[in-house]
Amino acid sequence: MESLLNTISLSFVSKNVIEEEIEKKDGEPVFVTCKKCKRRSLKRNWKDNYYVCPNCGKYRSISAQYRMSLIFDPGSYKEINAHMKANDPMKFPEYAQKLEKQKNDTGLEEAAVTAVGKIGGHKTTVVVLDSRFFMGSMSTVVGEKVTRAVEYATKKKTPLIIFSASGGARMQEGIYSLMQMAKTSAAIEEFHATGGLYISFLTHPTTGGVTASFATLGDITLAEPGALIGFAGPRVIEQTINKKLPKGFQKSEYLEAHGFVDKIVPRNEMRDTLIQLLDLHQK
Amino acid sequence: MIDKILEKVEKLDAQILEAESETAEVAKGLVKAVGSSEEVMEDTVDGRADWKAHNKEISKLKSMREYFLAECENLTPEDRVFLARHSQRPHVDDIIDGLFTDFFEQKGDHLYDDDSSIYGGIARFHGIPVTVLGHRKGHTIEDNMKYNFGMPCPEGYRKALRLMNQAEKFKRPIITFIDTPGAYPGMEAEEHGQGEAIAMNLAKMSQFHVPVISVITGEGNSGGALAIGVANRVLMLENAVYSILSPEGFASILWKDSNRKSEACELMKLTAADLKEAGVCDDIIDEPIGGAQRNYEVVMRNMDAVIWKHLQELMKLSPNEVKNDRVSKYRKIG
Repeated sequence: MESLLNTISLSFVSKNVIEEEIEKKDGEPVFVTCKKCKRRSLKRNWKDNYYVCPNCGKYRSISAQYRMSLIFDPGSYKEINAHMKANDPMKFPEYAQKLEKQKNDTGLEEAAVTAVGKIGGHKTTVVVLDSRFFMGSMSTVVGEKVTRAVEYATKKKTPLIIFSASGGARMQEGIYSLMQMAKTSAAIEEFHATGGLYISFLTHPTTGGVTASFATLGDITLAEPGALIGFAGPRVIEQTINKKLPKGFQKSEYLEAHGFVDKIVPRNEMRDTLIQLLDLHQK
Repeated sequence: MIDKILEKVEKLDAQILEAESETAEVAKGLVKAVGSSEEVMEDTVDGRADWKAHNKEISKLKSMREYFLAECENLTPEDRVFLARHSQRPHVDDIIDGLFTDFFEQKGDHLYDDDSSIYGGIARFHGIPVTVLGHRKGHTIEDNMKYNFGMPCPEGYRKALRLMNQAEKFKRPIITFIDTPGAYPGMEAEEHGQGEAIAMNLAKMSQFHVPVISVITGEGNSGGALAIGVANRVLMLENAVYSILSPEGFASILWKDSNRKSEACELMKLTAADLKEAGVCDDIIDEPIGGAQRNYEVVMRNMDAVIWKHLQELMKLSPNEVKNDRVSKYRKIG
């Protein structure tokens, strides 16, 4: 394993980022249809609105790189442990091919992207789970990258921000995936012991093993509007209790009302809110 | 399939028991007739023939049972899942009765509720005060329902944490017994923070300065199992299974077909031997042939010896070494 401090700059650009930049194709403006309200809006308007539907306010998932570009001071951040490649610890049938496809589709090596940079002048360690890669599921490499980022923050005494987005465990990595819950939680607890600030930012969807480990261990827990957040998935719960779940169940707003979220933060206020919190915790 | 074999074996068990009691009756009758000891009985010609016939029948039944049990030597992962879930398998209450003395049950999370799917308290193990707890399932359908089939809600995990925090405070080793289909996927469980409760246990357990030993006795599924299983030593009964999810759930997520359970069992590497190879399980506790439900006495003896061995090793370490030993165990995986 390479050293923790082996940082390299964010040199690759994923397909999605390019997609996020494209506003015109063949000289024609690009339109994007909202999955919820089905209305088409100019890509340019989506972009100006941080990929929140300009018509109905529905949040679209954004790439890890794009999120980082929104929160860090321009040009101030570097990706860490970017070289780490997805693993196939169980030699699970067809998993290697699926990983290859995910890599080609997203330009990512794994579902976690970790970086260090400045936010409002504060040096901060940031982890973003990218839901496009295997639904942001917890693999050994996701667990390892999160753990290394937490250890980096512990060692360098920087605040830590983790944006979670995860369908849960990576089935193809079986028990190794489960053990990442213990590994990452232990690292967070050791980080807390040194007095560091951990802001957990929950985005759509945050479920399963990620919810039951680092995502719910923050000093401050923030959430994007309308995100699905829970341990068990809604379908499993409906099957278990044999009735329909109420509208809005397990959404950010529901969790806020039940006491698990400090604040719901719209995307356009994300950076300012983080700066406010980092300022308040400055030593 | 092991369920068919066990059916035959259990039928033979019953026949043997019946034959043995008949033999005992015959013996009693003989002793009464002669009015003397067994030696005298041996000399009674009529009685001898009767006696021999019974014994012959018993040994015939026993050798048949041996024959079927021999088929339990090579179990498939799916067979082990069946045994791990067997309703008569020793559960945490049986184990506390069998291995511990002076048990004092502690109830409730002292925050909101008492979740009976987690059972635990303070007890002595080899004379040493320890905190012992585990998932409680019950052996009958009534008890299964009472204990929610061993599926805790957040209150159960918080109760476990309360007990374990006290163990840390009073410097008592912690011994946990894992046997759960998973954390309960219910509406209230979600509203009360199932994810947070599990995460908090993982975080806090990782940092304890007292030895933690977890024994997977039946099925250990998902975060619901791990939430009381972040241990210095993870031990598994020979036929216990430990996995990210139930094989049915795994098949349903991966292939949208919960009927592909056998295939999932093969691929998931959930047996004790697989997990030892993966570095997750540290030691395997032998079970009697045909499964732990067939002989509690043997299981208890084996469990006692292995747990005691590991506890003695851990008690030689300093508090910091104990903590670091545990953190590094998980740090190394993946």
